[in-house]
Amino acid sequence: MSKLLEVKDLAVSFNTYNGEVQAVRGVSFDLDKGETLAIVGESGSGKSVTTSALMGLVPKPQGVIKSGEILLEGEDLVKKSNKEMQKIRGKDISMVFQNPLSSLNPTMKIGNQIIEGLVKHQNMNRTDAKKRAIELLDQVGIPNPEIRMKQYPHQFSGGMRQRVVIAIALACNPKILIADEPTTALDVTIQAQILELMKDIQKETESAIVFITHDLGVVANVADRVAVMYAGKIVEYGTVDDIFYNPKHPYTWGLLGSMPTLDSDDEELYAIPGSPPDMLNPPKGDAFAPRNKFALEIDGVMEPPMFKVSDSHYAATWLLHEDAPKMEPPESVKKRMQGFANTGGEE
Amino acid sequence: MAEDKILEVKELKKHFRVGRNKTVKAVDGVSFDIYRGETFGLVGESGSGKSTTGRTIIRLYEATGGEVKFDNEDVHGKKSKEELLKFNRKMQMIFQDPSSSLNPRMTVMDIIAEGLDVHKLVKDEKERKERVEELLEVVGLNKEHASRFPHEFSGGQRQRIGIARALAVEPDLIIADEPISALDVSIQAQVVNLLKKLQKDRGLTYLFIAHDLSMVKYISDRIGVMYLGNLVELADSDELYNNPLHPYTKSLLTAIPLPDPEYERNRERVAYDPSVHDTSEEPKFREVSPRHWVLCTTKEFEQYKIELESK
Repeated sequence: MSKLLEVKDLAVSFNTYNGEVQAVRGVSFDLDKGETLAIVGESGSGKSVTTSALMGLVPKPQGVIKSGEILLEGEDLVKKSNKEMQKIRGKDISMVFQNPLSSLNPTMKIGNQIIEGLVKHQNMNRTDAKKRAIELLDQVGIPNPEIRMKQYPHQFSGGMRQRVVIAIALACNPKILIADEPTTALDVTIQAQILELMKDIQKETESAIVFITHDLGVVANVADRVAVMYAGKIVEYGTVDDIFYNPKHPYTWGLLGSMPTLDSDDEELYAIPGSPPDMLNPPKGDAFAPRNKFALEIDGVMEPPMFKVSDSHYAATWLLHEDAPKMEPPESVKKRMQGFANTGGEE
Repeated sequence: MAEDKILEVKELKKHFRVGRNKTVKAVDGVSFDIYRGETFGLVGESGSGKSTTGRTIIRLYEATGGEVKFDNEDVHGKKSKEELLKFNRKMQMIFQDPSSSLNPRMTVMDIIAEGLDVHKLVKDEKERKERVEELLEVVGLNKEHASRFPHEFSGGQRQRIGIARALAVEPDLIIADEPISALDVSIQAQVVNLLKKLQKDRGLTYLFIAHDLSMVKYISDRIGVMYLGNLVELADSDELYNNPLHPYTKSLLTAIPLPDPEYERNRERVAYDPSVHDTSEEPKFREVSPRHWVLCTTKEFEQYKIELESK
């Protein structure tokens, strides 16, 4: 089966006055039709830069794609010119940003903002485009779409604005929808609505979604597969069950342990000490080693390769090497794994 | 826990005037008590008035109506300068955004010591330095950090400076307004652990304001849920999570995504529909079972009681 999207060994750097910041350092993943991949990581882990590379939006000239391929149905997007990318952007790949207020044009009516893409990419005439736009607004759950078409972004609430942004992104039935923290700026109840909406639409349109977030709760809700990023690399990669119930990388342990579950009460949260590394001078060896209490000697010398845990599950940590000492994940993570085993899940 | 009230909030109101004939009732008649040594969590969506409540309690805003009593003393009454100073020492605040709540032109030493200077808690320069260095160590920073400026620190470290500043005057009550929302997940846990440790060591009382319900549940003893300027439900945190009564609390609880895919697959979200309420009379805040309060009318009150008993 051929993949919809394949990213191979992507590396993106930014040239700054202080030197070269290696934002993304060799990321590989793939995406099937109709599936949702969540990319999780802290700020500065390179998750947003990865997706701007997918969209061809790495700012030039300071941002450089150092190496790698981005294959959309076999075609390499890295080699495309800006003009060619304009045809792909919005049509094959479209994007939903974090802040709906800054991604909409405040001086343009909502209707025109949706129609714009339809006329440009689908060669529709304005009447058809208008009809389609009303359909789209209806589809994303905006009441009275005919009236709303003629309104400006400031007349919408935050959740409604995000719905409009999603409508614009969906206008041309993209193959891939990239959602960069689409719900971070929203309240929990609105967040739940938007997530449900995105899932419903995915079922209808069979778009693949790349979902970027730092909220593991949201990941558990939307994702089929998860990639955990740290310091510009994917450190663990697997299905959502692999990552939540059988995590292998100490960083994933830390992320899961630092979130309280509803029945953890008095025990201390398992916090990852320290703060993320400076990507101007990424540390030698495993970038996570300085914050990792499970670090081995080799972590300071050599970067761990991706070890295979199962067909769907990979992790980059020396702990998985056959010569590595057996390490037990922290209590809270073990409890989570056990809890799952008890409810009838498989290891 | 001894039921010793450190803070009593009664019918607190804060209205803002916007334009000529419009007022926004940000907080409209909120009442609750906070007991000494506990953590009281205040949750709600943006615009529910939770931050305004916190800020009005500490008198960053003048209240429009109602009463706030700290150690049985009225906070909002007319006060002399000395009385105000004394009161300010007992209550401190930690803010959401650690970069905008620290003066960028002051060194960490001066930021933390400002309270010490204002309240004249140190005799000389040497003692001042010692106190600041001690505080830095308490919050997990080094004493070398004292001479640096806020921009030299990461978000988590800045929040630690904010905490050290609040601790400097040895307050009894700390109002923490979304202290972890702006931080990364791994750093959030560090700060929460620090807050918990400080509470244990120093017997602090917290008013913890946040919208992240799983974190609030973890840190709080009791939780109040706010909706449109009013408290709609107040209970011990376990009770609130296990037996939510008010429809809004239910919708809020079912909306939090939890880091557990199995749970997420089976989740049924309940949307809040304000029209389910009985409108025959003005709802009041009533105690449905001991320590469990809900905003309801008499009719709803009976319903909730039955609902609670049948569980």
